[in-house]
Amino acid sequence: MSSTFDTVADIISDIGDVEREKITPDSHVISDLEIDSLDFLDVAFSIDKEFDIKVPVEDWMTEINDGNADAEDYFLMKNLCAKIDELKKEKAA
Amino acid sequence: MRLEYFEMIDRVESIDLDAGKISVHAYVPKDSTVFEGHFPGHPLVPGVLLIEAMAQAAGYLILANEKFERMTFLAAVKEAKLRTFVLPETALIVTSEIEHDGSGYTMSKTAITADGKKICNAKLTHRTLPFENDDLKGHVLERARVTGLLNEG
Repeated sequence: MSSTFDTVADIISDIGDVEREKITPDSHVISDLEIDSLDFLDVAFSIDKEFDIKVPVEDWMTEINDGNADAEDYFLMKNLCAKIDELKKEKAA
Repeated sequence: MRLEYFEMIDRVESIDLDAGKISVHAYVPKDSTVFEGHFPGHPLVPGVLLIEAMAQAAGYLILANEKFERMTFLAAVKEAKLRTFVLPETALIVTSEIEHDGSGYTMSKTAITADGKKICNAKLTHRTLPFENDDLKGHVLERARVTGLLNEG
């Protein structure tokens, strides 16, 4: 989790021009760090490349828009990193 | 090319879905109302239309990659370099290569050349979404047939 967090935080800091120190496990990527949907495509691209996974952005957004998930489930840093760790595990399995 | 109608691609020269590459032809017409304003007495293809041509070539590649089930929309243009003027009656080759096929979006590297000379290039991001309606899908499929992107039978 910690190495995933550091990597993702570095990516978001770089793409969103956010001060790295401001990014904590409880930061909301959209509302706190002000990463919009277009920026998030760049974030997803970098995460995909970095971890050799495919972040299912579209499925997540559908779940949120359909009311089947809260934005916090995917866009709170600690939850995002946990999802990435799950995807890494699935990829390795 | 029919600039007024945003029909930028005349013919697909080659497409390789395994390699994620496409090459298309686009011939700049002698006359277009676009040249009446850009510029009077000095007709040049507007840079934004060169970017549109690159976006459409990449879009064609993504459309085929998505088996024509989803529409592509240009979302971001990065590192665009417009290197030289493009005059009427210029034969352009537009090439695109998928850099990353993500979930609902695709990144590509795209370029235009003329007579082997680099005209412009950019990194593009396209979003992909299900077709809004059958009318749009029908038009896209028709253009795909006319340009040779879609060969049926």
